[in-house]
Amino acid sequence: MRSVAVVGASLAGLSAARSLRKQGFDGRLVVIGDEPHRPYDRPPLSKEFLSGALGEADLALEAEGEDLAAEWLLGTRATGLDHTTRSVRLADGREVRADGFVIATGAVARALPGSAGLAGVHTLRTLDDARALRDELAGGGRLVVIGGGFIGAEVASTAYALGLDVTVVEAAPTPLAGPLGAAMGAIVSGLHTDHGVRLLCGVGVKGLGGEHRVDAVLLEDGRSVPADIVVVGVGARPCVEWLEGSGIALDNGVKCGADGRTSLAGVVAVGDCANWYDPRAGHHRRVEHWTGARERPEAAVATLLAGGAVEPGVPRPPYFWSDQYGVRIQFAGHAAEADSITVEAGAAGDRDVLAVYRRDGRPVAVLGMNQPRLFMRARKQLAATTS
Amino acid sequence: MMIPACRLADLPRGEAFRLDVDPPVSVFHTDDGEVFAIDDTCTHQDASLADGWLEGCEVECPLHASKFDLRTGAVDSPPAKLPVRTHEVVVENDMIYVRLSTEAPNLPPCISARLAGGPA
Repeated sequence: MRSVAVVGASLAGLSAARSLRKQGFDGRLVVIGDEPHRPYDRPPLSKEFLSGALGEADLALEAEGEDLAAEWLLGTRATGLDHTTRSVRLADGREVRADGFVIATGAVARALPGSAGLAGVHTLRTLDDARALRDELAGGGRLVVIGGGFIGAEVASTAYALGLDVTVVEAAPTPLAGPLGAAMGAIVSGLHTDHGVRLLCGVGVKGLGGEHRVDAVLLEDGRSVPADIVVVGVGARPCVEWLEGSGIALDNGVKCGADGRTSLAGVVAVGDCANWYDPRAGHHRRVEHWTGARERPEAAVATLLAGGAVEPGVPRPPYFWSDQYGVRIQFAGHAAEADSITVEAGAAGDRDVLAVYRRDGRPVAVLGMNQPRLFMRARKQLAATTS
Repeated sequence: MMIPACRLADLPRGEAFRLDVDPPVSVFHTDDGEVFAIDDTCTHQDASLADGWLEGCEVECPLHASKFDLRTGAVDSPPAKLPVRTHEVVVENDMIYVRLSTEAPNLPPCISARLAGGPA
């Protein structure tokens, strides 16, 4: 393989480029990114960057002086993949031909229908999103966060610390019930009410009020919540439209094997856009976690360089973290598989807890709040019992 | 300066001992029986590497995924970008001693800011 194009220049794309070089690929390496920025770290966008504690330079993912000997085509979007000519088409008309491709185009924040063109309404996914939101939060006022998931909760926590009046609206009866289960979701989302942030659950959003600028969030039960700023945090969808018609199998993102291979030879997929086969679960999973974007490219690149399927190592259970209201939340595994949850250290009411999720007595997930040491031990045990 | 850390017999393989100096230093006993000392604080964010995931000669920060080489202090994964300092280790009569590096430590921004703002 003499040339590889990595489509996507965020963590997964950078990790793929690094893995290529680390695994001995010394050919032409092109990295394509739709944003104009060099690879940057997203987790601080809803926390330290949004609060002003970190600046843009702190977000850089590349180390000082790091040189992957890659050609960076930034600020241009991939619009198509032609498998017969082995080329990626770009929005600016250019074409990049390569022997191998790494698809790492990520996901895009879901918007609220009808919110386009209304000032004061934000999503948070990119550096540019975070800049715009940071500037608005600096003016203070009433913030309504639509969606009580991790992004929404982190924005609420940051805005609370900046002195804003914050309300979180969540359509489900319990925030975070999907990733954490209802019981632990209630405990983690209790952090909002601990701090006097209003949490409205079990009610959907009907629309937004205001003509040129948002002034309220209208709920399905008829209530209207006044708002100066609205953040929509209702999840993301994989960025794969550009692959339609390419012949690559798509199903909730790019469908790929446990080793990252796709339905097209010489094409692998990584990061938030990739729906990987999980051999342990027996089905595909698309996991939007930083850690997966960091770790999975190693296996996918090995597959690409080997020219076909390779036996992948057993991946560690998925892991993610969140910081809210000064509490460190860590989670590993799959909550949905559990039939019991036990608090093994600390107390849920103190928001200081280590909880182990089990199925048939076997650990399947672990949650820590302000328990990094115990959490890491439990995470190691989880990896040992699920491998 | 040589600082006594702990007895080798009290530090099982695969475990770490945190030495309460400023900034803190951690002594790791690898599964292969080697002993290393590095700065305990991850260079990305305030977290104790003694609480991390030790595998071979690498420790992964317990919060995020940065991995540090115990032999060189080098970091091979983001989000951390800077290495940690390594410190010389001497084992004598079953006691582990650490000779602290005289280099400047690479502390995460939150801690550097606190130190810069506090008394010298």
